[in-house]
Amino acid sequence: MIQLKSSPARESQSARLSLAARRRSDKLAQWLFFVFSVIPVGLAIVILALLIYKSWPIMKVQSVWQLLSGQVWKPDDGLFGFWPFITGTIWVTLAALLISVPPCVLTAIYLSEYAGRSLRRIMKPLLDLLAAIPSVVYGVWGMLVIVPFIQNKLGSFIREYLPNLPLLKSDNPTGFGILAGAIVLAIMIAPFIIAVLYEIMNNIPRGLKEASLALGTTKLQTVQWVVIPQVLSGIIAGIGLGASRALGETMAVLMVVGNVAHVPHSLLDAAYPLPALIANNYGEMMSIPLYDSALMTAALILMVIILIFNVTSALVLQRVLGRRDT
Amino acid sequence: MKKRWAKRHITEAIFKVLMLISFGFVAGSLALILWTIISRGLPAITWAMLTQAPKGGYYLGKEGGILNAILGSLYMAVGGTLLALIIGLPIALYLETYLRNSPWSRAVRLTLDVLWGIPSIVYGAFGFIFMLSIGMRASMLGGMIVLTLLELPILTRAVDEVIRMLPRDLEQAALALGSTRLEVASRVVTRQMLPGIVTAALLAFGRGIGDAASVLFTAGYTDRIPTSLLRPVASLPLAIYFQLSMPYPEVQKRAYAAALILTIIVLIASFGSRWIASRLSKNVIQ
Repeated sequence: MIQLKSSPARESQSARLSLAARRRSDKLAQWLFFVFSVIPVGLAIVILALLIYKSWPIMKVQSVWQLLSGQVWKPDDGLFGFWPFITGTIWVTLAALLISVPPCVLTAIYLSEYAGRSLRRIMKPLLDLLAAIPSVVYGVWGMLVIVPFIQNKLGSFIREYLPNLPLLKSDNPTGFGILAGAIVLAIMIAPFIIAVLYEIMNNIPRGLKEASLALGTTKLQTVQWVVIPQVLSGIIAGIGLGASRALGETMAVLMVVGNVAHVPHSLLDAAYPLPALIANNYGEMMSIPLYDSALMTAALILMVIILIFNVTSALVLQRVLGRRDT
Repeated sequence: MKKRWAKRHITEAIFKVLMLISFGFVAGSLALILWTIISRGLPAITWAMLTQAPKGGYYLGKEGGILNAILGSLYMAVGGTLLALIIGLPIALYLETYLRNSPWSRAVRLTLDVLWGIPSIVYGAFGFIFMLSIGMRASMLGGMIVLTLLELPILTRAVDEVIRMLPRDLEQAALALGSTRLEVASRVVTRQMLPGIVTAALLAFGRGIGDAASVLFTAGYTDRIPTSLLRPVASLPLAIYFQLSMPYPEVQKRAYAAALILTIIVLIASFGSRWIASRLSKNVIQ
């Protein structure tokens, strides 16, 4: 039974107001709230519009294709090729997802299907903590732990024993590079992915799992034949959300990725992702013509890529999780 | 038959081990990060760091502290969170008590999800060109507004999700007693959801105070203690970044200390939200 401690009608203020006045304030609030709810939609439109407006000058000079596929970045000579930055972004994000997704999926399955009550209760704050740590702190950690590890241990090991492996062959002697960025990113996006996957897996009706278990399957078989097929689209959406997080991460990546404007060919190469490009060059952009427009184009490219990932994932997730309401 | 049974259970055992390893991996990396930050930062923290602004030659390893950055970050994040709360709370209440599942509410929710995904560097760049076009310089106000934009979707969606958990009967009981929807929203929903709202606000605060890319161009940086909304202001994430890029080990050590301070603030917000939520939840009807 529900007990109301203080019913709104009994409060003194509303008792004094006439019904008409209360109705009026209700209508007024409805109108005001509607105006507030326009703010986020307007914000999204204004951001997109301003970015397009600002990147227009450079798109008039060079075709979009030239900009996207250009290999050379020399603002002083008016050369603005985004290809090194786009490939850098893709390398770092893909590598981070490859490192992060398998443990995340396994952890989410473990938490939702196997783990006891107490472990689940510890896990929630643990994930919140991981998600709360600022990206610059991840960057500091990457510089202190991951970069030296790659430089001194992994790098020399690879140079010694696996010098010609296609994805690892590199003449970058430092630890700053794609792998360092990917490891830091992988840990940063893990809490997001796990939280989404866990929520989706918990959303499956108990009866389905129990029916499967009652037929004598092991838990793993239930996961394999009942849980995974039910949540597959949700898993992909969760990974998509993680990917969009990774694509846009600036500070932590910038601090460990090396920031060299070339097209990378190996995990140990340095790279220069789009967010790092924007963050690093803002200071000097005013002095060179079209430079600010080029940086805004970088922001626009980044935003369009992320929007595609994000809208798709959000729509899929709304559908997957929205079932409980209908 | 028996063979198959054995195979099934061996696979099960293998996967269970793999899962435990993954779990240990996630928990272990958190422990490793905290350990690194504490072990490097703690020896470098001094009283002067917390109570003084940088003095001449600070970035060469001389006297001073980062009080300017601590205060600047706190001001901007608190201001940004309050502004985001003022805008975000009505939106969440509107979505849940007035609109429920209409097309407009779905559109707003989707937009908020999309805004949540926009990286902070894009907010920073957007804020910068917007400020340029209205003739505003890098200032505490600019940083605060950009943090508001960054925190708004996080806060609104979190509050929205919390309100959704509210038992429907409660709202219907209030409506049946003759209250208007505004009264339901302001007296019943807000009161019942206070712990959740505080948690959401602290979550957004934590995101705001830790973000560097958005305040990089909009708030600027200065060695002075912040006094005015219209002057540039230092922030902790940028203090960490700038000190770390100095070639002097003395200064780099201070960056570790600053990282520890920032982490502690964020952890206090994170744990504090749990504590407050549990304290406030005594008014909540389950």
